[in-house]
Amino acid sequence: MVEMLAPRDFYGKTLVELGKTNKDIVVLDCDLSGSTRTSLFAKAYPDRFFNMGVAEQDMIGTAAGLAAGGKIPFASTFAMFASGRAWEQIRQSVAYPRANVKVVASHGGITVGPDGPSHQAGEDIAIMRAIPDMTVIVPADAYETAAAVRAVVEYRGPVYLRLPRDKFPVVYKEGKTFEIGKATLLRKGNEVTFITCGLMTETALRAAAELETEGVSAGVVDMPTIKPLDVSAVILAAQESGAIVTAEEHTVIGGLGSAIAETIGESRPVPVVRVGIPDTYFSSGSPEELLEACGLTTVGLKEAALRAVTLKKHPVRVRE
Amino acid sequence: MKRTEDIDELKALARGLRTDILTMIHTAGTGHPGGSLSAVEILAALYFAKMDHSPTRKPEEVRDKFVLSKGHGAPALYAVLANCGYFPKEELARLRKFDSFLSGHPYAPSTPGVEITTGSLGQGLSQANGLALAAQLNGHDSYVYCLLGDGETQEGQVWEAAMTAAHYRLGKLIAFLDNNELQIDGWVKDVMNIEPIGKKWESFGWHVQEIDGHDFPQILAAIDKAKTVTDKPSLIWCHTVKGKGVSFMERLAKWHGTAPNADELKKALAEVNANG
Ligand SMILES: Cc1ncc(C[n+]2csc(CCOP(=O)(O)OP(=O)(O)O)c2C)c(N)n1
Ligand SMILES: [Mg+2]
Repeated sequence: MVEMLAPRDFYGKTLVELGKTNKDIVVLDCDLSGSTRTSLFAKAYPDRFFNMGVAEQDMIGTAAGLAAGGKIPFASTFAMFASGRAWEQIRQSVAYPRANVKVVASHGGITVGPDGPSHQAGEDIAIMRAIPDMTVIVPADAYETAAAVRAVVEYRGPVYLRLPRDKFPVVYKEGKTFEIGKATLLRKGNEVTFITCGLMTETALRAAAELETEGVSAGVVDMPTIKPLDVSAVILAAQESGAIVTAEEHTVIGGLGSAIAETIGESRPVPVVRVGIPDTYFSSGSPEELLEACGLTTVGLKEAALRAVTLKKHPVRVRE
Repeated sequence: MKRTEDIDELKALARGLRTDILTMIHTAGTGHPGGSLSAVEILAALYFAKMDHSPTRKPEEVRDKFVLSKGHGAPALYAVLANCGYFPKEELARLRKFDSFLSGHPYAPSTPGVEITTGSLGQGLSQANGLALAAQLNGHDSYVYCLLGDGETQEGQVWEAAMTAAHYRLGKLIAFLDNNELQIDGWVKDVMNIEPIGKKWESFGWHVQEIDGHDFPQILAAIDKAKTVTDKPSLIWCHTVKGKGVSFMERLAKWHGTAPNADELKKALAEVNANG
């Protein structure tokens, strides 16, 4: 039985551990501290926790000021509101002056499910990635989340770290290390490679295992840092397998898939098939139903892989 | 660096700041004279008299900090910083030029003495709160000052930040409202009325003092008084004149963001320096 863990739990726990020795760490939240798990830090170090009320723009600005005063602020709320409501504050008050603020956005992607499209953040990676000097991280599981939190404390500069709400099967083991901007080759394949982030990494591993029994050799690269992208890992995957499938819990416009397609188009063109949230709003539903609707499943990823392999052999031609 | 509470000396320094502001905007051929001129006395009182600061202090050393939330008033801030010795005065001629460290709006990483990056209205007070919270956590006995435009208070984030400052009892935060009654499209009361503005701040839990923002004795006294209020943030509500000191610029929205040409500069400087 695969271990199921919630990345946000590990975010909260890791903050508490780090806060014990690093007194510069301060945490802000917008009335969602129970959900984002910053409540653990609030309980442990109440004098270093600031509830800002339902005011995301002010939270980001206050975090920027705390950073200018020498602190290492973690600012958390749901991904929709962190990235959306406060986009310009992140652009102007944080990224432009390179303030040392870590925006940790929970409840990212479509798996927030029942709350419906108002809470399903499917555009955050794209709009955060477009900001110069931003680092954008989407860990594959709870262990990678813990490692990423440690890494961003050491890194000086603005970060957007996106987490899901639910418990998901883990990919890594306790004690996993994390280097910002480095991909992990999880599985080698010579016909097609999945490049993934977030919970799609585990789905891709399952898809690749099934493909192998069906005679298709598929690799998997976990790409938790979407910016700065591990360009050499992308090119290597393109070279070795000649076809790429990207999978992410994010719109196919502007996220991981776009970053990979941009890189491959300008270096080593091979077919790239993007799997993600289509350019539309869905509805409420269970995470499974919504993932299924997006093709973000083992079956969906296998189909995409076969399409990529076919494209490699028979490129689509435009009819005259 | 000149430091004084002598009113005549402060008035002379203010004339120098107005001269620098007008000259640098003319040289750049672009910039915001109206809202820079309305803030001259406030900035002079802070940097020449009341703020604990020095250009030789290291970045990590304790000091009072200033946030120009109405970032388009950058020429006034740059003039006062140059006069305090944060960078050579000749640099003012490079305002708004490609590769200059004097950006159109304040940019902390590049400009000595600039603590916080602004330009997008409504974002400065939140950052001032953050600075004040950091100082509080560090146990520093230092003040954070912030200057807001009146049109700027139409931004919702200002009121989020107003709530935050009161909630966290930021007694060492002192904000100024440059109430020059004008914004870009005209009179504030016509564009989007902000009145009763003093009552709004009071009802948000701030200590409010209403003064003439061009009168040095009133500004100095208000800062002293604000420092005695330790359990709430302070607002010094300054009635000001947009374009102050240059008769043909005063109270005209047109001069919000227009640079004076050579003739206009000559006339303006003659007036500024005659009024001594
Ligand atoms: C968020 C944002 N919206 C619009 C502008 C453009 N803008 C620059 S100054 C200004 C008017 C500001 O009026 P006020 O705050 O009264 O400034 P002052 O009169 O002191 O110049 C506007 C709308 C901006 N800089 N930021
Ligand atoms: Mg005004």
